[in-house]
Formats: sequence, C-alpha cells, structure tokens
Amino acid sequence: MNRIPPFERFYESHKGEVLAFLRRRVDRDRADDLFQETFLRALHAYNRLEHGEHLRAWVLTIAANAVVDAARRERPTAELAVEPASEDERPALEELAPLTDGLPPKERAAVVLRYGYDLDYDTIGAALGSNEQAARQAASAGVRRLRKEKEQR
Amino acid sequence: MTGVPTVLDERFRAAAAASGELDVAYDVLDDTPVGRLLVGVSDRGLCRVSFDPSPDAELERLARSFGPRVLRAPKAIDRVRRELDEYFTGSRQAFELELDLRATPEFHRRVLEELNRVEYGHTTTYGTLAAQVGAPRAARAVGTVMNRNPIPIVLPCHRVVGASGSLTGYGGGLDRKEWLLRLEGALL
Repeated sequence: MNRIPPFERFYESHKGEVLAFLRRRVDRDRADDLFQETFLRALHAYNRLEHGEHLRAWVLTIAANAVVDAARRERPTAELAVEPASEDERPALEELAPLTDGLPPKERAAVVLRYGYDLDYDTIGAALGSNEQAARQAASAGVRRLRKEKEQR
Repeated sequence: MTGVPTVLDERFRAAAAASGELDVAYDVLDDTPVGRLLVGVSDRGLCRVSFDPSPDAELERLARSFGPRVLRAPKAIDRVRRELDEYFTGSRQAFELELDLRATPEFHRRVLEELNRVEYGHTTTYGTLAAQVGAPRAARAVGTVMNRNPIPIVLPCHRVVGASGSLTGYGGGLDRKEWLLRLEGALL
C-alpha cells in the first residue's frame, strides 16, 4: 500500500490540475479562491488519510465539492447540477460514475469516497467541508437512494 | 498542465501556515555563508536545520518524524531566517528560538540540552559533555549525538572539539565547522 507522501509532494503534483479543473467550471477569480479552499480542505483531512492511493481522485473530488458549495452559497435555492467532467478531465468519480450519476453531489461524493476509495467518515467529512456525522448520513442516504432506484428498475 | 501563478501559490502557502494545521513548515535558504540550508519549524518551534538538503529525502524524514503535513511556507520561518541572518553577520550571539526536539531520543536530548549551554565563542569537548550528562565514558556516544544533531548551528555542535583541540568532525563537513568557529572568534 502506498505511503502518504509529504503534503508538499502531493500539492506540487496536483496543484496545476486542480486549478485547471476549477477554471473550466467557474470564472477566474472564483477559481483562484476555490483553489485555496480546495487545498486547505485537503490539508485539514490529510493526516487522517490511511494510505496514499487515489490522491488525485481524492483532491479533484474535494475541488468538485468546493465548486458545489460555492454555488450553493451564492444561490442557496437554485437547483444544482454539477457538470460531468469530459473524457480528459475525469474528476474522481469515474469508477462508480455509472452507478452514482443520479445522486445529489454530496451523496455521490460520500458514496464514492467511502466505497470507491475506502476512506473513513472522518476523512470524508473533512474533505467535504462538513463532519463525520454528515458524511455518514450522506453516504447512507446515497446508498438508500441507489437501492431504491435499483428496485424500481 | 496549467501553471499555477506565483501569487496564488504563495497565497495558499501563507494560508496553510496561518491555519495552524501544518506539521512542519519549511523553506530552503539558498545563499547563506555556509551554503544551502533547509529550515523547518513545527507549532512548537524550530525542529530542523539541514546542510546540503536533498529535499526529497529530507521531506520524507520530516514527515516520518512529525507528520505528513509538511509544506514549504517561507513566511512561517521568517523569525528563524532573521535570527540566522543576524548570527551570520555577527550581530547575534545567542538565539531566542523555541526548539522542538520531540522526535529526538531521550539521551540525545539530554546531551543537546547540555550542549545548548556552551556559549558563543567558546568550545567544549566530547568527554566534558559526556561527564556533564552523567555518562563520563560516553564520549563516543556524544560524538554520535553531535553527528545526528537535528538543529545544527542553533544547537552549537560546532563548538565541540576533540580533547587535543582538533576539530575532529562535523555533520556539515569540517570546512563549515571551521568557518563557524572563526565567525565566533573561537579559532584564529
């Protein structure tokens, strides 16, 4: 299993891609703000990671959630649709994407981080900018929703 | 790959340092009179000064000792940088920095604390230090402690010489030891 690299290495490896990802989704000023927010959230959760795998997917998921949260802060009542990433910029959720596409963004992220990347709820909560309890609820709500969809099919 | 503008990069590094969530903030000082130095601080104080740093290996070591949140954050070491500058230009004889020796084994820490009492411009010997920590026959072990000193210059292992007065050895190389002792007027 991969050891967790020093944060400097992680940051240097992914900062360019995170900024590019954000700039494709929001305007430049907002992307700059969210860049900082993304890596601060990652820093906050970093020492609770249990291994160094899928860090790219992990940080892009955090970035995608920062975008969603920012949009929500701006227009709290608006319906949110996260643009699916195009082929060359797969953010994070690809492996579980076909299953989880229909979920609201928070639930989708929680499900993928829990079951796709095997992170604990504490880490997921930190990555999503909330807490362990909220992450657990989001993941279980996501799983319930998936189960219901499957039954209806 | 998008280049991250310097302003944005520096802003994040400063914010990370201010967040209090770094295990170690470090920077590399490129042009000191004794060459390149890597300097690291934790929330408790100065935890590392390294000569000729090979950053890869050094960052791994810091992460193992203090935790993985190790980031270059120049602002966080401003105070250490200033005191070192003053020392190198001869205007400072004693450092006023908190030190973090939590990753250092107990015996090493005792020896280093004793070492820290050796004043600017003075020298002591391995044997004397050994006696001072109550292990008079451990001169060789004291040599090992000096060699692994995590905070050279500030914890002045350059002030420790052989019983005959010979410089003996230095983790950063004898040239540097000699330079530091000359700076302090302990060598003519």
